[in-house]
Amino acid sequence: LAVEAPIVVGIDLVTIGSISESLAEFGDRFLERIFTEEEIRYCRSRERGAALESFAARFAAKEATIKALGIVDVGLDWRSIEVVRERNGACKLSLKGVAAEAARAARAGSLSLSLSHAGDYAIAVVVGRQELEERA
Amino acid sequence: MTESIRDILRQQGRLAVDVAALSDDADLYQAGMTSHATVNVMLALEQAFDVEFPDRMLRRSVFESIASMRAALEELRGGVRLAG
Repeated sequence: LAVEAPIVVGIDLVTIGSISESLAEFGDRFLERIFTEEEIRYCRSRERGAALESFAARFAAKEATIKALGIVDVGLDWRSIEVVRERNGACKLSLKGVAAEAARAARAGSLSLSLSHAGDYAIAVVVGRQELEERA
Repeated sequence: MTESIRDILRQQGRLAVDVAALSDDADLYQAGMTSHATVNVMLALEQAFDVEFPDRMLRRSVFESIASMRAALEELRGGVRLAG
């Protein structure tokens, strides 16, 4: 008898302009609080407009992950959720610390990430399938 | 402290309602505060009160109302005094 495993999903939409404003207002303090060194290095390697799109999409990815895992009220360092870019340009999530523990507790298995941006908006969707039983 | 928090909410909260119309216990997320606006509010509070929110405080319930932010700031500033 096949049993459908529940799906977890999270989505977040960010305006790129608002990320630009945060950078103007708080500078590196904003970046270093939210993004890992590798995320900052990659986004900064792009020209300014594309860099802002990348920062905005990564911010959305972190919030979408928090929603997917149902951890909006868990004290969490945003840098414990990292967007890792693979050689083919695809992006995936790498979770550490509290975020990784939350994913295990939610039995969320591996999470899939999709990012997009158009005009002044960046969006991220995170989907995972809950495991029905904890692995031995 | 409450007035300073309200000023920061006016500048950074991007709320759909007038901050003056909100009670100290009003739910700011119901009033339209986004996750990104929460980050800006947090950074502005850190700047204004010379504190740093530790990871355990980086959660929705700490920033959901003026009263909850004040409680967190009082705890942080109390900690600074004790440490000093």
